[in-house]
Amino acid sequence: MTRNFKIAYKIVIILLAILATVLLSSAILLILGADIWRTFYTIVITPLTRVGHLTEVFVRAVPLCIIALGVAVAYRSGIVNIGAEGQMAMGILGFTSVALALPDLPKPILLPFALLAGVVTGGLWGFIPGILKAKLQVSELLSTVMLNYIAAQFYSFCLRVPMLDPVEALSGAGTPQSARLSANVEIGRITGRLHYGIFIAIVLAVLVYFFLWKTSFGYKMRASGSERRAARYGGISVPQYITLAMVISGAFAGLAGGIEIAAVHRRAIEGVTNNYGFSAVVVALFGMLHPFGIIPASFFFALLIYGSTLTPRAVGVPANIVDVMQGLIIIVIVTAQMVLQNSYLEDKVWHWYSQKRGLKEETK
Amino acid sequence: MEDKIRSLKMEHITKRFPGVLASDDISLSVEEGEILALVGENGAGKTTLMNILMGIYQQDEGKIFINGEEVRFRGPEDAFKAGLGMVHQQYMLVPNMTVTENVALGYKKAWKPFKLDLAMVRSRVEEISSRYGLSVNPDAYIWQLSVGEQQRVELVKTLCLGARFIILDEPTSALTPQETDELIELLKKMKSELSIIFISHKLNEVKALSDKVVILRHGAVVFSGNTADYSSSEIAALMTGHEIVLPENKEEDMHGGLALSIKDLFVRSDRGFFAVNGLNLDIHEGEIVGLAGVSGNGQKELAEAINGLRKVEKGEIVFFGEHIENKSPNHVIGCGMGYIPEERNVEGIVPAFQIKENFILKDSDDEKFSRLKFLKKKEINSNAEKLRSDFDIRCPGTNTAAGALSGGNIQKVILAREITRAPKFLIAVYPTRGLDMGAIEFIHAELLKKRREGIGILLISEELDEIMNLSDRIAVIYKGAIQKVLHHGEANKKSLGILMAGLDTEEGKND
Amino acid sequence: MNIIINILAMTVPFSVALLLASIGEMFNQRSGVFNLGCEGIMAMGAFIGMLIPFSIGGGGAVAAGWNYLGLLLAAVIGALMGLFFGLIVVTFRAPQGIAGIGLQMFGVGTAGTLFRHFVGGTQSIPGLSSNPIPLLSDIPVIGEILFSHNIVVYLAFLFVPVAWYILMKTSWGLEVRAVGTYPRAADSMGINVNRIRYEALALGGALAGLAGAYLSVCQIKMFSDDLIAGRGFIAVALVYFGHWKPVRIMLGALLFSFTQTIQYNVQGLGINIPYEFFVMLPYVVVIVVLAFTSRNQTTSPAALGKPFNREIRT
Repeated sequence: MTRNFKIAYKIVIILLAILATVLLSSAILLILGADIWRTFYTIVITPLTRVGHLTEVFVRAVPLCIIALGVAVAYRSGIVNIGAEGQMAMGILGFTSVALALPDLPKPILLPFALLAGVVTGGLWGFIPGILKAKLQVSELLSTVMLNYIAAQFYSFCLRVPMLDPVEALSGAGTPQSARLSANVEIGRITGRLHYGIFIAIVLAVLVYFFLWKTSFGYKMRASGSERRAARYGGISVPQYITLAMVISGAFAGLAGGIEIAAVHRRAIEGVTNNYGFSAVVVALFGMLHPFGIIPASFFFALLIYGSTLTPRAVGVPANIVDVMQGLIIIVIVTAQMVLQNSYLEDKVWHWYSQKRGLKEETK
Repeated sequence: MEDKIRSLKMEHITKRFPGVLASDDISLSVEEGEILALVGENGAGKTTLMNILMGIYQQDEGKIFINGEEVRFRGPEDAFKAGLGMVHQQYMLVPNMTVTENVALGYKKAWKPFKLDLAMVRSRVEEISSRYGLSVNPDAYIWQLSVGEQQRVELVKTLCLGARFIILDEPTSALTPQETDELIELLKKMKSELSIIFISHKLNEVKALSDKVVILRHGAVVFSGNTADYSSSEIAALMTGHEIVLPENKEEDMHGGLALSIKDLFVRSDRGFFAVNGLNLDIHEGEIVGLAGVSGNGQKELAEAINGLRKVEKGEIVFFGEHIENKSPNHVIGCGMGYIPEERNVEGIVPAFQIKENFILKDSDDEKFSRLKFLKKKEINSNAEKLRSDFDIRCPGTNTAAGALSGGNIQKVILAREITRAPKFLIAVYPTRGLDMGAIEFIHAELLKKRREGIGILLISEELDEIMNLSDRIAVIYKGAIQKVLHHGEANKKSLGILMAGLDTEEGKND
Repeated sequence: MNIIINILAMTVPFSVALLLASIGEMFNQRSGVFNLGCEGIMAMGAFIGMLIPFSIGGGGAVAAGWNYLGLLLAAVIGALMGLFFGLIVVTFRAPQGIAGIGLQMFGVGTAGTLFRHFVGGTQSIPGLSSNPIPLLSDIPVIGEILFSHNIVVYLAFLFVPVAWYILMKTSWGLEVRAVGTYPRAADSMGINVNRIRYEALALGGALAGLAGAYLSVCQIKMFSDDLIAGRGFIAVALVYFGHWKPVRIMLGALLFSFTQTIQYNVQGLGINIPYEFFVMLPYVVVIVVLAFTSRNQTTSPAALGKPFNREIRT
């Protein structure tokens, strides 16, 4: 098999994967009777055309990137975290309680403290499925989904009762949201709603890279995730590292929640999590579970998410279309990966190709 | 199609797997009432060829003829219809189903639209088993049966489906020597009604049973002829391509101190019963103790319990004076235990990791390879290069994923890591299973070298030749307990076989 | 006393969606495929199920026949989605857990998108009405609890022994069990492993689609984005709880729907706890049950989650 053939084969598979995604999404758009070209243009191109749009894309990329980094750490350690949605919600509650309880602390103390509270509550919410998997072999796919629903209910209870904005209580409108938080927990903005959290995301990406590939912690976590029997044989305490990975993953989601409140909303409201927890799984996979892939991937998916908010008005396509596309992208990524790994198929294609070209067979 | 198979021919069969030519232009033929032995080393392509004959794989080139007519099997059901049947080395029986249900899977006559006629299948099973004298209980679940019984079920199953031509893939590999003799007698009797292809790498069986022999090496036929015309050693030489004499342990007794002492050990299997059932064994420094036994008698559980990978229910494991029962794997490793595990592909290595990463599997926190949890890239690389050349690991580079290597090279990676960690003791479980002679020779030599250095070794194997060649003492395990411990000189295949079957020789137990 | 009868009379019909979906998932898993996309299939089924009576029946007075057509089409869509999942995990051998999450997102997203486009906002439909069984429904207590429901409820419970019979007593069931336990053996006996898995996925998908439509046509009688609310995932958990056995799965479905119905009777029970905690309850129960049942699952189909490849030699 020639080197050129191998490269061409990979490129063809990837192109086919992209084509499959576009075609399948188009099929749904066709059912809606929407203008396919204009829909894709609205989602992928329009947000790039104005600075106002672009900052909104970055605003969405920040939580996606941070959560996806956590998801990647967990995934590499052999545990799939689809509970980031709940962990983020719990992180917001942690952050908000500290901010509400101690509004007068000076900013250099209060902001880190409140963010830390978000990290801890998110981490705790990740600890539950982690320890359940490590000790009792409970499928994290199921437990994290359940914990998402539990967190969502707990979140709306907190906003409705203990954290309810006194103003809302007085006016009787009762919109479930907290009071506006102290200015001492705010993260500043660069332009529009774009905030300094973006630098936190980038720094975290670099840290995750070093952690996973340059330390023995990361080595052991990757070994646990790659082949747990071999890791156990090698004296690595797999349950411990699985739990740790899930705690880290939850902590990242909690941090993302805290940053989102500190920089964007400045009070806890309904709908902050915005499906970021699920989208981040797609981002992590799309970024090949590598921090330096996750950064561009989070931008791309932020683009899709923001772009899809423009479609109802521009082309009459419901914003849910982004969920359709994300689902398809997950499916296509995992499928394409299997096809790329399938050396049997590659071998067959090579023989078909070389016979067609009349090349002399090369046998090892 | 109920007529006999008077002749079967495979002509110019070629089959490719990625990077391997598994069958290279192979031709062979079998006549009515003949037994053909298909001989070759592990990895020579015997099983692949038979899977092609059974329609499980499709050949890339070549043709198959039955009674002179070309046949094309798209799947095993076509092969069954033509009267072929195969008993695979790894038995193809669904463990949580009964014997009858397993036969029913292929017995399409009993498949009624809304009902499966198990009564019909059952009577067929009884008919066949009485006709050939193969006693099986049609209502037993497979998991309840011993290996020998499962093999009978396989034979009955194959015959129930109407096979008049049987392929047996390494039928004796899991049997005791006595069971092997019984099987050979049975096959000789069946020869009058059937044709048989018999895959083996054990030459005494080939000599005892077959009329014709075909030898494969690296996927190609290197020899075919009448068995009677050639001696075992001639066939052996053709099989490996060159004369290989495996090293033997002819060393003096080292009189080393006690290294590992196991007292009254009880360990449960995955299914919950006591797989290790009151086992006692002492091993000293500088000796190799071979643990002989039919696999599934607690060997795996014993090795895992010693290494902290399985819970000890009762009993003691004392390693150089320290109790290590129910300690973590990491603790046992820290005590100086080296371990070559049974499943090299998923336990001995992390397949997706690079070779160099696999070398530090047990030592990522050792100061040799990391400082303050940060890995030392240079040391890891230089270590990998050194081991690669010392152990002659054939690979494109130490950045290659370990899982992409051949079985022999994977075993060398494991061996290299375990030996260079300077262990005080070594446990090797089926260290040469499925490897070719070259790799076996290398591994045996390394084990003997370690013995000379004064290291105690527990060698678990199902190959009696391997055990008898290497061991100072041989312990026979049966149903989780040691039947008897024999010294190097006093063991022979017959006495071991009797012990492995659970029968005791002359005097009392444990010496 | 009344309130207890009330709760139990709700428990039975509320369990049907879980029951159908988890019996379907049981067939998937018995054949060796773990389908986490159940939630997505249910969402699509729920949407199609309500769309037919809503759009053809003109939103108002609907002939019951359109409801049945809705249920039928939901099963068809479900089967198609099951086959699509088969393409991904059986033919392409993608890892089943994460591919299932993809299918779930795809199904929920597509149902939501189409719903917004074809229906718009929240719209109730009259749905399927009850068919109390004559005589039996007159038995005090029992009649109200067991025999005063719509026809799908009866059929769903009748399907439990049928599912057992299919699995244990037919040749197809034998094939499914063999393929899910030891696919290589099944293959050597001439059974097409992938075909059986596709068939099981189609059956499982049809049942999941039907389960979704049951929610929108018979139980809630409307569609919304969060209609399924994790029932697809609970159905998967129930299969573990029920040890892959139909009758135990049915008992599990009843237990879960019992915890769900409590939230509708909170006031009647006079408990003063914020209602969010009652909504949480079933999810908490799932986690607790999983914690007790996941360990040492010796009865699970041995090949569950493992794609089959004839040519990879082990």
